[in-house]
Amino acid sequence: MRAIYVLCIRQLKRYVRSPARIIGSLGQPLIFLLALGFGIGAIFKRAGAGNYIDFIAPGIVAMAIMFTAVFSGIEIIWDRQFGFLKETLVAPVSRFEIAFGRVLGGALVAMLQGVAAFILCLVIGFRVHNWLLVPVALVFMFLFSLLFTSIGTAIGSVLQDMQGFPLVMNFLVMPLFFFSDALFPLQDLPKFMAGALLLNPVTYGVDGIRGSFSSAFAFHMATDFGVLVVLSAILLAIGSYLFSKIQL
Amino acid sequence: MGDMIVVQDLVKNYGNFCAVNHISFTVPEGKIFGFLGPNGAGKTTTIKMLTTILDPTSGFIRVNGHDPVHERKQVRRSFGIVFQDPSLDDELTALENVDLHGALYGVPRGERMKRAQTLLELVGLWDRRDDLVKQYSGGMKRRLEVARALLHRPRILFLDEPTIGLDPQTRNHIWGYIDTLSKEQNVTVFFTTHYMEEADRVAAECAVIDHGKIVAQDTPAALKQQTDSATLEDAFIALTGHAIREEEGNVMDRMRMMRAAWRGGRR
Repeated sequence: MRAIYVLCIRQLKRYVRSPARIIGSLGQPLIFLLALGFGIGAIFKRAGAGNYIDFIAPGIVAMAIMFTAVFSGIEIIWDRQFGFLKETLVAPVSRFEIAFGRVLGGALVAMLQGVAAFILCLVIGFRVHNWLLVPVALVFMFLFSLLFTSIGTAIGSVLQDMQGFPLVMNFLVMPLFFFSDALFPLQDLPKFMAGALLLNPVTYGVDGIRGSFSSAFAFHMATDFGVLVVLSAILLAIGSYLFSKIQL
Repeated sequence: MGDMIVVQDLVKNYGNFCAVNHISFTVPEGKIFGFLGPNGAGKTTTIKMLTTILDPTSGFIRVNGHDPVHERKQVRRSFGIVFQDPSLDDELTALENVDLHGALYGVPRGERMKRAQTLLELVGLWDRRDDLVKQYSGGMKRRLEVARALLHRPRILFLDEPTIGLDPQTRNHIWGYIDTLSKEQNVTVFFTTHYMEEADRVAAECAVIDHGKIVAQDTPAALKQQTDSATLEDAFIALTGHAIREEEGNVMDRMRMMRAAWRGGRR
């Protein structure tokens, strides 16, 4: 427990100490928010679908979380031979504790990045329907962070070097983001698209966050919650297992 | 006095390549032991197996009486290590790095602070304790790593090329602390180095490994005498030959290069 706690605190300290990284990581969400929010917003409104900024803001929050979370998991590669990882791997602490500590710390960092993106959205003009549900949104954001930090940890434990990183981004993170309900609603999609969206965990994470902000869930809140909890648990187990198998 | 490290018939294969080929040696408690060999001879692989981060293919190892494969925790509590590559967290301060180490090793908080002060004073970094490690020079990082490795009062200290890339002043300081430690606290020291004059000066005993096999093991004086050499460096070359070793450009080397490039060569 002590190891989990100190490793978690370590990640938070690192995050708070690099404002450049916090602000830099907000660049991409900001571009999406401005370009899509205002660019497509007009058409969205003409189609009678309402305020597009209000629609995509939760998707943008999810995006900020996904990228930060996967990256913090994948940082294991970087830490692996040069950094701090070796120091933890020879300590008299089980690998599972180390993995949990890392994932938990990474998830908290990703969630904070999500909160930063949320604040950015508010500045741009996003309106929350019911502030009482914001704590629920935070729970969804945390679960979503946990899920993607676990995925990053699993990948980071298996990949040998950073050269695989673009592969992960372009063939896993990007498709998961675009084939979800982050940028467009679920209704009236071609069948294969609708199918892809329903199989994509991001859809449920975004719906959970969006539902809490707008008080309108596409699925049931419990469905979103259930999917995220189950998948996070499975991927946390896989991620920790793969982490425990790292040999230097 | 017993043997702190016992290795018998140790083997590590990577596919068809035999990195460590049936080696045996013992390190008596409280001794400073030099493990010498050319690049790619199997030094680091051996240290990894002794320190539980790599499982051997076969053979017998005891570190402080424990088996690194089946009694990892006991073995890990027994040693402190300074790795060949830096293993500090650059974004934390020196004191935070040392304190985190203490927490991972279960040292109680009060004692952790006391030990941290003693050790950081020993390596001359107490005044700089609140600086982020990324502001440290290569030599300061090494000294910090030595201090950190000692925080939990290990019985054995592993040093994998601890003085590589350091100036003579820092090297002298580092060997100074290590010598003091070994004498005053009976800590066993197991080190590798490419600087033969260092090994000659500090090691009570040396083993020379080449192509995964131990080719000699004795006191530096006896090794010199045995090979009829004036210096340990000559003895080393007499034992391992003149050929320059080709090391495969592996993933690690590539990453080392990339890292150096990305970080502007900061160590």
